[in-house]
Amino acid sequence: MSELTFRFVVPGDDYSRAGEASSTVKNRLKRLGIDPAAIRRVSIALYEGEINMVIHGGGGEVIVSVTPQRVDMVLEDHGKGIPDIALAMQEGYSTASDQARSLGFGAGMGLPNMKKYTDEIEVSSVVGQGTTVRMAVLL
Amino acid sequence: MTTLQLDQLDGLTKLTRPAEAREITCIYCCDLLSLAMAQAPANSAWVTVMGNRNTIAVASLADVACVILAADTAFSDDCITKAEDEGVTVYRTAAPIFETAKRIDLLL
Ligand SMILES: Nc1ncnc2c1ncn2[C@@H]1O[C@H](COP(=O)(O)OP(=O)(O)OP(=O)(O)O)[C@@H](O)[C@H]1O
Ligand SMILES: [Mg+2]
Repeated sequence: MSELTFRFVVPGDDYSRAGEASSTVKNRLKRLGIDPAAIRRVSIALYEGEINMVIHGGGGEVIVSVTPQRVDMVLEDHGKGIPDIALAMQEGYSTASDQARSLGFGAGMGLPNMKKYTDEIEVSSVVGQGTTVRMAVLL
Repeated sequence: MTTLQLDQLDGLTKLTRPAEAREITCIYCCDLLSLAMAQAPANSAWVTVMGNRNTIAVASLADVACVILAADTAFSDDCITKAEDEGVTVYRTAAPIFETAKRIDLLL
């Protein structure tokens, strides 16, 4: 069975480039003829995750693998980590900086959106070492 | 209504190059991007004062009909290019958010 893998480096604190991985993945999935509704879910979840890596995680790496059954996304950063993941998953909880807020981030809706638009999500984090988010959208 | 009718509206300037007209079914107002991602209805006219590349990314992902930047919100050439690449039509007006939304709502 064929599996396609895309890998991206997400630069930390470069707000202007945030979103590139998700828009590249969106275009590639389109070319693969994947169901548009599934592409939308993948793109939204990946975008939110990518932004979090930039504004909270100091950048990192994104790996997306596609099979006929599912799209798997792994977002790994080596930033400050999340002390209380259950709290971070709540709608409205945000520690976004003033700079991030001035750009429209900080609603505390990113992680809830990621959960809403994916079929599987697992967030693991070690304070001071970094955060890994695994998500999957079933096709 | 469609975006073509917005093209005709006084006080509204289209910043992006002409594109295919899109049906507008409702208005959505919000300046928090992830909230807009969660709530903006597809085919809505999104009125906001948040004018940056991320606005365009969200507009494209949420599949809104167009973005209307209220209160003369600045929008760089780089953002205009990004909007055109993503197929997002962007307008700008000097009027504040509520007045802008109210005016367009009357046309729906
Ligand atoms: N990769 C990460 N590294 C460190 N902290 C994170 C990371 N991702 C999320 N967080 C923490 O979880 C909180 C909630 O994240 P969430 O994406 O829901 O909201 P936000 O990014 O603050 O705002 P929004 O996504 O609505 O613009 C963040 O404010 C931050 O404290
Ligand atoms: Mg976020």
